[in-house]
Amino acid sequence: MAASAPRLAEKRVGQVVMPGDVLLLPAQPDADGERLRLAPVGPQKGRLVCGPGLRRGPEGLLVTKCGLLRYRGPAGQAGGGTGSGSGGTYWVDSQQKRYVPVKGDHVIGIVTAKAGDIFKLDVGGSEQASLSYLAFEGATKRNRPNVQVGDLIYGQFIVANKDMEPEMVCIDSSGRANGMGIIGQDGFLIKVSLGLIRKLLAPGCEIIQDLGQLYPFELVLGMNGRIWVKAKTIQQTLIVANILEACEHMTAEQRKQAVAKLSES
Amino acid sequence: MSLPEEEAGPRVPSAERLRRTRIRKRQGEPRGWRARMEREQKRFESGELPALRRIVCEQGLLSRPDGSASWMQGDTSVLVGVYGPTEVKVSKEIYDKATFEVMLKPKIGLPGVYERSREQMIKKTCEAAVLGTLHPRSSITIVLQVVTDGGSLLSTSLNATCVGLMDAGLPLNSLFSGVTCALDADGNLTLDPTAKQEKEARAVLTFAIDSTEKKVLMSSTKGTCSVEE
Repeated sequence: MAASAPRLAEKRVGQVVMPGDVLLLPAQPDADGERLRLAPVGPQKGRLVCGPGLRRGPEGLLVTKCGLLRYRGPAGQAGGGTGSGSGGTYWVDSQQKRYVPVKGDHVIGIVTAKAGDIFKLDVGGSEQASLSYLAFEGATKRNRPNVQVGDLIYGQFIVANKDMEPEMVCIDSSGRANGMGIIGQDGFLIKVSLGLIRKLLAPGCEIIQDLGQLYPFELVLGMNGRIWVKAKTIQQTLIVANILEACEHMTAEQRKQAVAKLSES
Repeated sequence: MSLPEEEAGPRVPSAERLRRTRIRKRQGEPRGWRARMEREQKRFESGELPALRRIVCEQGLLSRPDGSASWMQGDTSVLVGVYGPTEVKVSKEIYDKATFEVMLKPKIGLPGVYERSREQMIKKTCEAAVLGTLHPRSSITIVLQVVTDGGSLLSTSLNATCVGLMDAGLPLNSLFSGVTCALDADGNLTLDPTAKQEKEARAVLTFAIDSTEKKVLMSSTKGTCSVEE
């Protein structure tokens, strides 16, 4: 069948893929696997990573989500589908609303319960995440962080897999807060789609740059689709929040016009 | 914008794409979709190919569910909302895969035995298509609302469910589609029958077919027929 005939993965980069499609890899995966096992542990040159929306099948990569197929070269540069023989990352860029916890993601959680020495956080996934009271900067058994039910917390997943309860921390590996922790009392939290968050977090995002020209404001972006905004006045906060919500379906042109109109008034 | 293609998103051409997949599913001729569509058109005009009613589809029209779609096949229209993966009741929890809950709401009144049996059929089809093992101990809830029923309701619900699952971004093995066909007293086959044709038919058969191997995921028969199809 033409619909399900396997095609070379590099030919499909930038195109729409559908669940059930099979993508062939240029290098023989078996031979590759053999070499990986013999070689010392660590990231290697010829290693191919299969990202979200793709699964390893017997014939090649099996697509499990609809969206655009993307590829990034092994050295981190965006290769437009050329020279993918030596490894790199393939993934499917899809629109989604529901968050599934991923290890290392920075998210905004809402405290729902305090149970002994852990807090329960709603992160928008299928299960509540747990956060130890010791996982804050400068926290000791004596010096507990002041966390109340309903507070917003910006943290990072250290345990996130399908079989276990996700676990978060608010410190990095050297014990520093590094921007994480409890988010202040005022400000405004909005929920957007995961695609928009990824767009906003992309390096050199124009939306943030455009908005930054209006007036100063604070912004926290969680990979789980939550955005916290705070500007000098409530009115300014709401303006930023509304633009961020609306810009998902706006073109760059429309957004520039909207921002220009605001900066005049 | 560093990723300009993202503006278009995957959902824009989906209705057209799905229509194509459906056509492809009916007639498994390879070699390029354009040639196939032209061939299809010729056969359609000559009356060789049974006519389908017009298909209209809209994705992501509801704001609250994680995935939503409205699917219309002629006068039959179904609205679907997909929630998941979400938290699940301990009593319904399955430790190695996702729990599916399907609710089919009729146009008027409360769901009865008929709806319950349809729910089970859709549920089993979804379980076959969705990679439930990737989200163990969670629930995937599918709510279907019948807007209008003009025949071929089960196949319309199946198609709506598939588009809803796609919109929710759940991991799928393959896509699936539903086809209803009616056999009349003379043995003539009508695809996608209307309510009137269904009533006059000797037998009404509904199949769910997956997009990769073109295998039957679910079948339902009403009336009598031989092993002819």
